[in-house]
Amino acid sequence: MSVAIYLIPVALFMGAVGLAAFIWSLKSGQYEDLKGAAARILIDDED
Amino acid sequence: MAAVPAPLNTQHGCPSGLGPPADGPRLADPSPFVRREKDGRDSLELLVKGAHCAGCIRKIEGAVRALPGVENTRLNLTTGRLFASWRPGALAPRAIVETVGRLGYEALPFDPEASRHSKDETGRDLLIRLAVAGFAMMNIMMFSVPVWSGVGEMGEGARGLMHWVSALIALPACLYAAQPFFRSAAAALKQRRANMDVPISLGVILALSISVYETASGGPHAYFDGASMLLFFLLIGRYLDHRLRHEARSAAQDLLALQAVTAQRLDPDGVVRAVALRDVAPGDRLHLAPGDRVPVDGVIEQGASEFDKAILTGETAPAPAGAGDAIPAGAVNLTRPLIMRATRAAAESTVAELARLIEAGEQARARRMRIADKAASLYVPVVHTLAALTFIGWLAAPPLLRAWGYDIADLGLRGALLNAVAVLIITCPCALGLAVPAVQIVATARLFRRGVLVKSGDALERLAQADYVVLDKTGTLTLGRPALVGAVDAAALREAASLARASHHPLARALVEAAGPGRPAAEVIEHPGQGLEASLAGAPARLGRRAFAAPEAGDDGAHAGPELWFKHGEAAPIRFRFEDKLRPDAAAAVAAFRARGIDVELLSGDRPEAVEAAARAAGIATWRASVSPQDKIARLAALAAAGRRPLMIGDGLNDAAALAAAHVSAAPGAAIGASQAAADLVFQGERLSPIVEALDVARKAERRVIENLGFSALYNLIAAPIAIFGFVTPFIAAFAMSSSSLVVTLNALRLREKGRSQ
Repeated sequence: MSVAIYLIPVALFMGAVGLAAFIWSLKSGQYEDLKGAAARILIDDED
Repeated sequence: MAAVPAPLNTQHGCPSGLGPPADGPRLADPSPFVRREKDGRDSLELLVKGAHCAGCIRKIEGAVRALPGVENTRLNLTTGRLFASWRPGALAPRAIVETVGRLGYEALPFDPEASRHSKDETGRDLLIRLAVAGFAMMNIMMFSVPVWSGVGEMGEGARGLMHWVSALIALPACLYAAQPFFRSAAAALKQRRANMDVPISLGVILALSISVYETASGGPHAYFDGASMLLFFLLIGRYLDHRLRHEARSAAQDLLALQAVTAQRLDPDGVVRAVALRDVAPGDRLHLAPGDRVPVDGVIEQGASEFDKAILTGETAPAPAGAGDAIPAGAVNLTRPLIMRATRAAAESTVAELARLIEAGEQARARRMRIADKAASLYVPVVHTLAALTFIGWLAAPPLLRAWGYDIADLGLRGALLNAVAVLIITCPCALGLAVPAVQIVATARLFRRGVLVKSGDALERLAQADYVVLDKTGTLTLGRPALVGAVDAAALREAASLARASHHPLARALVEAAGPGRPAAEVIEHPGQGLEASLAGAPARLGRRAFAAPEAGDDGAHAGPELWFKHGEAAPIRFRFEDKLRPDAAAAVAAFRARGIDVELLSGDRPEAVEAAARAAGIATWRASVSPQDKIARLAALAAAGRRPLMIGDGLNDAAALAAAHVSAAPGAAIGASQAAADLVFQGERLSPIVEALDVARKAERRVIENLGFSALYNLIAAPIAIFGFVTPFIAAFAMSSSSLVVTLNALRLREKGRSQ
C-alpha cells in the first residue's frame, strides 16, 4: 500500500498535465478555425 | 493610392471550383472600420465570401500580403473573416477590398462594434469547466473504484485516504465547474422562480458537504464521484445547448454587422469620403456608384439610373428613376453613378423599419415555451418534494414504526440527510439535460451537411409542428433572377456577353452567366434605361432594349417576359429572351408538402399574372398577388388565429418581417441579409427539397426528444424509489447516472444518416 503514496501524486500530476495542455490549446485559439487548419497543411511554404 | 500588382493566379474565384466567383463585387470603402492596434498598426477585419479551400487561403493571403505595407494577414476559413494589419498610412484600406475583389471573392467590411461579441467567451469558459469536471470525474474514479470493489477487504484507514484524496480533487473542481449552475440558480431564486439549476446546485452542494462530513467521521459513503460526474454530464448538455444558440446568434450578428456598409458622402469641400452608415444625417449628399445599394432613404439630386427593388417589393423588373425621384434604402443602383440627398437617417430608413418589425416578431417567438422548459417546470417541484419527503420520512418513520412493534433501526439526522441527498443525486437531470440538446445537435449537423443551416435549437421543435406552408414567389419559388431561355447563336452570345460584362443590370448578368467566362469589351458606354454600346472588331455593337439596339426589328409579341436585343455591325439583330425560372424541383417540393398533409399557399408582391403563372406551374391552388409586407404579416396572423402553424419561406426584405412573425421560417442562402437573420433556417442551392428534408428530420428529432424525455421519466420512476428507501450507494448512483446519459445520447445518434459519413 505504501507505494500508493508515490503513485497517487504521479497519477494526479499526469492528469493535470493533460488538463493544462487542453486549456492551453483552447486559449491559444487552436480550435477557432478547424476547417482552415485542415486546409493549411496543403499549402507549400513560400520560401 | 499605391499601385497594386495584378495577381498571378488566373483562375477567378475558388481554384478548386467549390463555389462560383463573386460577380461584380461591391467595392465598399472600409476606412471607417479601421482600428488602431496597441502596437500602433492599423488593422481591419473583412468578411470574405466564396473562400472554400486551401487554394483560396493561399491566393487571398498571398495577394494581400504582397500589398505594400501589409505586415500580417490571416484568413479564417470557418468564419470567412480576413484579418489584415499594416503600417499606418502605408496603404489605403480600399486596396485590400479591391485586391480580394479582383481575385473573384466578395470582401465586405463589417462594423467591429456590431460583431464585438462574436468571440465565443462563454463557450470557451464552459469548455474549460467541462474539462475540469471531466478531469475531476476520471481521477476521483481512480479512488472510488478501489473503495467499491474493496468492500469488506479494505481497511478503514485506506478507505479514509481514498476519500480524503477524492475530496481534495472534488471540492475545488466541483465548486469551479458548478459556477454556471450556481449563478443561474441564484438568478432564478432572486426572481422567486425555480429552474432546473436549483435542484442541481442544491444536489451538488449537499452532496459535497455530506461527503466531507462522512469522510471526516470515517463513514463508508462519499459522493465525490457522483457530484463531479453529475457536473460533467450536465456541462456537456449545457455546452451543446450553448453551441446551438451561439451559432444562431453569431450568424445573425454577422448579418447585422454587414448591413453597416459604408456610404460615400460628398462633403461641401467637394471631397467624397467613406462614412459609416450610422453617421449619415438627413441632408447629406451621397455618391452612388452602379452596383451600390442605396444606404438610406433619399431623393435623387443629379443623374438618372435604374433601380433593382426586388428585395423590397419582390418586383423583378428594374425601375427607372431620375432627378427628384425618391429612392428607398435597400434598392440597388444598376446603371449610372448618381448624387442623392439623404432624407432620413439610417435608423429611420425603410430597412430599419423592417428590422424593427423583425425584432417584434422575434420577441413574440421567444415567449413560446420550449419542450425542455416544460419538462423542467414539471421536474423541479417533484424532485424537491421527493427529497424533502425522504428527509422527513427517514426522521419520523422509524420511531413511529417502532412504536407499532416493527424492528427498524433509527438512522438519525445524518442517515436521513444522506438518503435525501441520494434522491437529489440519482434523480439529477443528467439525462434530462442531455435529452434535448443532444438530439438537436445531431439533427442540426445532419441538416448542415445537406446545406440547411438551422439557426436555433427550438427552430426544429417549431418546424416539426408546422402544418401550413406560405411561400414567396420571387427568389423563393423561383430562382429570383432572370435566366436566358430558348436557343441562341453561340458566337452572338459571346459577343453580346462581352458588352454585358460592363453592366450591373440583371439581364446583362443573366447573359454573362449563360455565356460563361470571357473577356469584357473595351470602352463600353452605358445608356441608362436603354442599353450598352461599344465597338467590337471595328464595327459598332449595341445591346439593350429593342428601341435602342434594333429599332428596325418588328415586335412579334411572342414573348411576354423581359428581352434584350443585340446588333453588331450590319448583321441581323438577335433577340435574347429571359424568364425568372421556377426552382427545378418547385413542383416536386409542393407535392411533397401535400403528401405530408401540409397545404401550400403563394403570397407575392408581384403582379397577378406573374403570380398566377408561377402558382399554376408549381401546382399551388391558393395564391395572392400584390401583397404588401404588412399584408403578409396580417395573413400569417390570420392563419395563427385559425389555429394553423405556418412555415413561411421567403427571401426579400418585404418578407423579412413575415419570416419573423411566422411560427417557423426559412430563407434561401441567396436572400438578403435581413431575411436570413429573421429566418430560422437558411438553405443553400437551387432546390427546395432541403426544406422538405428539414421538415422530415425535425419531425424525427421531435420523436427522439419525446423518447428521450420519456426514458428520463421512466429512469426516475425506477431510480427515485430505490433512493427514497435508502438502497442507493455511491456506486449505484454513479452507474445509474452514467448509463442513463449514455442511453439518451445513443438514442440521439440514431438520427444520423445511415451510410453517409464525412
